[in-house]
Amino acid sequence: MDFRLTEEQEMLAETVEALLRESCGSADLRRMLDESAARDTQRWEAIVAMGLPGVMAPESLGGSALGATEMALIATACGYWLLPEPLVEQAGVVLPMLAELDAALATRAIAGEIVAIGHPTHPFVADADSAVALLLADGEAIHLVPRDAVTLVRQPSFDPFRRLFRVDWTPSAATRIGHGSAVQVFWDKALDRGALFGGAQVLGVAQRAVDMAAAYAKERQQFGKSIGGFQAVKHLLANAQIKIEFARPVVLAAAASDASEHNRARISHARLAAAAAADIATHAAVQVHGAMGFSWEVDVHFLLKRATALSQAWGTAAFHRQRVAAHVLSAKLGPDCTFGAAGQREMLHEVA
Amino acid sequence: MDLRYTPVEQAFRAEVRDWLDSHVPRAPLPDFDSTSDGFEAHREWERTLHKGGWSMVTWPQAYGGRGLDLIRWLIFEEEYYRAGAPLRVNQNGIFLLGPTLIEYGTSEQKARFLPAMAAGDEIWAQAWSEPTAGSDLAGVRATATREGDDYILSGHKIWSSRAVHADWAFGLFRAPGSERHKGLSLILFSLDAPGITVQPIKRMDGKPVFAEIFLDDVRVPVANRLGGEGEGWSVCMSTAGFERGLMLRSPARFQVAAANLVDLYRSRANQADPALAASVMQAWMDADAYALSIYATASRLMAGGAIGPETSTNKIFWSELDLDLHRTALALLGAEAELTTDAPDRAANLGDWLDGYVFSLAGPIYAGANEIQRNIIAERMLALPRG
Repeated sequence: MDFRLTEEQEMLAETVEALLRESCGSADLRRMLDESAARDTQRWEAIVAMGLPGVMAPESLGGSALGATEMALIATACGYWLLPEPLVEQAGVVLPMLAELDAALATRAIAGEIVAIGHPTHPFVADADSAVALLLADGEAIHLVPRDAVTLVRQPSFDPFRRLFRVDWTPSAATRIGHGSAVQVFWDKALDRGALFGGAQVLGVAQRAVDMAAAYAKERQQFGKSIGGFQAVKHLLANAQIKIEFARPVVLAAAASDASEHNRARISHARLAAAAAADIATHAAVQVHGAMGFSWEVDVHFLLKRATALSQAWGTAAFHRQRVAAHVLSAKLGPDCTFGAAGQREMLHEVA
Repeated sequence: MDLRYTPVEQAFRAEVRDWLDSHVPRAPLPDFDSTSDGFEAHREWERTLHKGGWSMVTWPQAYGGRGLDLIRWLIFEEEYYRAGAPLRVNQNGIFLLGPTLIEYGTSEQKARFLPAMAAGDEIWAQAWSEPTAGSDLAGVRATATREGDDYILSGHKIWSSRAVHADWAFGLFRAPGSERHKGLSLILFSLDAPGITVQPIKRMDGKPVFAEIFLDDVRVPVANRLGGEGEGWSVCMSTAGFERGLMLRSPARFQVAAANLVDLYRSRANQADPALAASVMQAWMDADAYALSIYATASRLMAGGAIGPETSTNKIFWSELDLDLHRTALALLGAEAELTTDAPDRAANLGDWLDGYVFSLAGPIYAGANEIQRNIIAERMLALPRG
């Protein structure tokens, strides 16, 4: 039992963090909005050059075959820096799926081409406009549909960097790449990965909100002193930080554990805890910024909007709560079950 | 990162479980605050634990421990709560003072105090607060006046848990004329010493769970000072760090309570307020999150890390989780919530939620009020200015 990140994992997180700090600051985001740009090509090329889209893909396809823990750390950095490009979905959800379904396209996705995914739990598809192909569901079947075979209707999001589309398309045998009950496993895994890495991402959003508000509270003067010295302000931000501190280990444990019913509930817990932290943190950040927090000029609203979007994607809060409840009401509970069945008597006897 | 128990850890769990299965008293002991019989029954249990070598698994073997790491401490605690073993009457000693003695004590002090603590022969109370020094602990006024190789202690300590029946206490005393954080020393004193009067204080439910300690020219040897003269504040902060940080409330306690809450909910889901389902699940998730967080902290400390401001985040989190959990239980009990366990028509298998609730009310107050912890988080983690 060792609940610590390895040095390699910490270095990877720091490398991604450094890239985004350099390339995804406030000025970069605002320039994209001024230019109505869907993405920053230079930044995406740097992300691809670092091998990030293929971080979970097998080495045989040119990926790095790293685990969910590494991906969760990357996702947290993406959340923190509000990355507009779809790295989290590509690397964390699409590529693990494509690697099993279409090796050739997976290789292209590792090289930076976008494959959008329309999960049956969500009515819209993100980043469909920049995709070369879309993974879509038709009943029990998975289809891989070329971009030019679908019609897109943009659905403007509260989050100005999010690109959501309704996808009109006609299923055909030519695009079907899998069907039958086995296919459900792909969608289930995609949902788990989306929820887990979306949770890790929104955790980053939460920490950025606290950091941004703390920096402002130190600088902003009222009644002749920094507002950060007032307990009412301190406690708002401390409450948000506490939520973050008790969401992070859940996200990491969910990422570091094997797939199991127990861990699916933990993924849901991680997503709920991270989203709750982001909810508290972004609202505290708006409040601490006062009227500035309500303005377009200060970046706080980008965080609030990203948190709002991520908190209901890849399974709504209601879905994840039900999944936790189903586990809690049926599984064996207790302090020996924190890491699954390991502490149960039969497992102990197996060892002895 | 490897979230699997090693074979050695699994074997350890099995060993703990087997020992507890055959030693935990079948019937619950009478509580250790209300009567001296209850207190002595718990002292006997401490002796039983000690004979089995289980009084404090992380302590060095030389002092009655097993020299094990913090992960195995967590496993021990999980099995301990799982088995429904008695609460630790000596927790102020073994969890709080013990680690501080091991860190700051001279070899004579360790030999004098640790084995007797491990054996349950000396049960400890803490004596931090005074009538004018609660959250502002640096406001303590009790004095230690040096006279050759002795100190003469004088003052008034209050809210001292376990002091009604305990044998020893530890607290902060200041050099006459010193102010605030300077001139404080951490001193251990026998509660039987001449000049000491212990006056029980009743909790809101009438139980004498804490006491006032009046010290009237109590003579103690200088050898009872832990750490340097005038260095009591930093030594005491180390005690407070252990307390809030890790050992005061092991996660297993809340995981067992959350599992019991789920059972209660299952038995009453039909007639329960639908809004309570969310509170039950939240309590379970919070207990789980607290456990994971402590595993992360324990892993970090085992690799040589030091405990930091997570002492404050932990303290707030478990105390609020405990309170929410018990409030949810009372809400599920409906009209039965107000009945004490001796009400003749109360179902026998309901568990003592009311006692847990009253106890949980104190959580956000003791070991540093949660408002103070929030200040610490804001100042040390978020670098906000001191107010």
